[in-house]
Amino acid sequence: MDQAALKKLPRGWKSIPSDLGSDQTAFKGVNWGKGMMWIFLLSDTFIFSCFLLSYMTGRGSTVQPWPNPSEVFALDAFGVPVPLLLIAIMTFVLITSSGTMAMAVKYGYEKNKKLCGIFLLLTALGGLTFVGMQAFEWSKLIHEGVRPWENPFGAPQFGSFFFMITGFHGTHVSIGVIFLFIFTRKVFRGDFDSGRKGYFTSMKSNYVAIEILGLYWHFVDLVWVFIFAFFYLW
Amino acid sequence: MSDEFEHKIETKADTIADAGSVTSGSTAGIDYVPAHERPDQELYHSHSWWTTYVFSQDAKYIGIQYALTAIGTGLIGLVLSWMMRLQLAFPGLGILEPSSYYQFITMHGMIMVIYLLTALFLGGFGNLLIPLMCGARDMAFPYVNMISYWAFLLAVIILLASFFVPGGPTGAGWTLYPPQAITSGTPGSSAGIVLMLISLCVFVAGFTMGGLNYIITMLQSRARGMTLMRLPLTCWGIFTATVLALLAFPALLVGCIMMTLDSLLGTSFFMPAMISMGEHLSYDGGSPLLFQHLFWFFGHPEVYIIALPAFGIISDLISVHARKNIFGYRMMVWAIVGIGALSFFVWAHHMYVSGMTPWFGYFFATTTLIIAVPTAIKVYNWVLTLWRGNIQLTLPMLFSLAFIVTFVNGGLTGIFLGNVTVDVPLSDTYFVVAHFHMVMGIAPILVVFGAIYHWFPLITGRMLNEGMGRIHFWITFLGSYAIYFPMHYQGFVGVPRRYFEIYDSPYIATSTLHLNVFITIAALIVGAAQLVFLFNLIYSARAGEKSEKNPWKANSLEWLTPEMPPGHGNFGKELPVVYRWAYDFNVPGADKDYIPQTVPPSEVRSAKVEKT
Repeated sequence: MDQAALKKLPRGWKSIPSDLGSDQTAFKGVNWGKGMMWIFLLSDTFIFSCFLLSYMTGRGSTVQPWPNPSEVFALDAFGVPVPLLLIAIMTFVLITSSGTMAMAVKYGYEKNKKLCGIFLLLTALGGLTFVGMQAFEWSKLIHEGVRPWENPFGAPQFGSFFFMITGFHGTHVSIGVIFLFIFTRKVFRGDFDSGRKGYFTSMKSNYVAIEILGLYWHFVDLVWVFIFAFFYLW
Repeated sequence: MSDEFEHKIETKADTIADAGSVTSGSTAGIDYVPAHERPDQELYHSHSWWTTYVFSQDAKYIGIQYALTAIGTGLIGLVLSWMMRLQLAFPGLGILEPSSYYQFITMHGMIMVIYLLTALFLGGFGNLLIPLMCGARDMAFPYVNMISYWAFLLAVIILLASFFVPGGPTGAGWTLYPPQAITSGTPGSSAGIVLMLISLCVFVAGFTMGGLNYIITMLQSRARGMTLMRLPLTCWGIFTATVLALLAFPALLVGCIMMTLDSLLGTSFFMPAMISMGEHLSYDGGSPLLFQHLFWFFGHPEVYIIALPAFGIISDLISVHARKNIFGYRMMVWAIVGIGALSFFVWAHHMYVSGMTPWFGYFFATTTLIIAVPTAIKVYNWVLTLWRGNIQLTLPMLFSLAFIVTFVNGGLTGIFLGNVTVDVPLSDTYFVVAHFHMVMGIAPILVVFGAIYHWFPLITGRMLNEGMGRIHFWITFLGSYAIYFPMHYQGFVGVPRRYFEIYDSPYIATSTLHLNVFITIAALIVGAAQLVFLFNLIYSARAGEKSEKNPWKANSLEWLTPEMPPGHGNFGKELPVVYRWAYDFNVPGADKDYIPQTVPPSEVRSAKVEKT
């Protein structure tokens, strides 16, 4: 649907019966990939919700005291233990990368190849930094004796849930980083301008793809906010 | 519908047509259909035999691949059930070890629920029918769709591989409850259970790829004129089931990941402190109940993931073969959506005896009984569709009728089990086995058979043999009752389920155990009847009677393709334009007893059709 036709459609609440009662598409002018990403993210939300709810149940049912996250995740800065220092930096980097991603989407739609590519690259580097810091955090905790099955600070479920949930989230970030690098290359090669066909899918490249990747990236950031709140602050 | 209202719609359509300039001529007013919203889909065109038939990106082929893999796996499940029945009937012969009995129970359950029925209804019928019924060229993302099938095949291979690992497959029961699932003493507690969990994770990943495709295709890739409320109910059933699956499988995935870690890394998510073989295990402080919640949050919607596509398909079969519009189409749609939504609030009725507080049980008993309301609406509507219909006793109709009877039967026992006070004494007896086999085993399988007899011509261009089909039908239908009716009685007198052998017991009359022999003989006969069906499939695909186009005189788009079986891209050069719902049968004033969805109103001016 072109922009002119879209503008004629009812807006606000009235758009719901009008769109659902119409033929061909239920979400007018929405790209298939974008719709699919939204539905996937809904499903993924359920995965992370199940993880976090299990974590809350596990924390409630374990018989040993839960370790104090402020102490466990403290980092020595100039000889003073600062609680959650590394996590704060990680969170800052990840949220910033959401900003650069949004810029990349904007420049993508403006067909500004150079800036779009640069911002995608910055986002990828932000994600990579996050994963790197997470690897550092993991190795630090492992050195301190935290294992999935036990830890010196208290309930064994602490380590189990920590490694499982941050690992699952870190996998999401890593997959995102891989795609960000692939997309950076595609942008600089001009795939999105020329509409080059995908190697496997034989579908034409389109700048919408950057927005779709952006949706995924923002989602991963948002999930981190919840993990941060429930695991590190509680 | 009043004339005044029709007039309003027509004048409105007139004005839109004049302003929109899509069609011209005197029929523009009543034949108005909105213009194309998007350019035609670009398809992947295969170049070789491999990319056409094996690594196919065409939803029709993927659907057939799914269906054949699912049926093949299901046959293994059938053979397992034979072995268990032989053991129960003739315990003296020593056919099975106790451990193999548990392993067969587990594999039979998991195979039938997930790898046969879920994969067949959503992967098989979903892929085959969704693009065709919506008037699309293919799924939205054919490549992702292809990967979905290969992930499913991988999941099946991993599952079957567990037969060949040390210790054999898991014997934890299909619910895989920890702690026993991964504690020594349970068959397959080391390698078998891990393979089962990994297989389920792969299945969920593969299904997600397919499921996203089904949803987006139905929402965003319909033909001109195809509104959501003109979709055949098959589409609605599969659509809602897919939504359920995308929201319910996450719980299974998380449960599987956590139990894999418990098993391999020694975490204690689900494992409390335990003493096993006189030794303290290293586990401590986990919650077995958590797994039950995760499992049943998936497990109950799973019942409807199987049932809803069956509901949808049966509605279409009944309507076509009774030559009558489906009674209360909108109510049917809302019932499907309502059942889907409610199915997320009933899971703990599987856990009445798990030690939950009874108040919790009463909440779930209430929601469980509420879900009976939309389900009953559906049953009444099927019966009312049949009422004064021109019922053709074709094979799909026979299976549909058998479905209604069986489903009502299983549904009624569900009301028994949904109430806490009645459920507690019946828990873990053969009554439960009889209930769920009737309602989610036999009933959906009857739909599968009906659907295969109905759509076989669409796939192969040939009809299935009628005579063999009738033999298959009567043995399957009556035989299932011979198997499961006695089980209700066994359950009432207290025969426990999952027992490898019932010894002489003062609590169970030995006479009830003689029923086991009868049940087993019935099961063997019903199983053998499926061989007739398989032979029929192979024989008819090669040498069956050639089918005419649209052999059942149906209205929906899958029968209206230029070639049959439909070719690459489904609809030839021009995509179809839809003017009506799929249920215009025996419309007063029409020349023929059916009006396909693509017939414009100007061609059937005299027919008093319902506005859809």
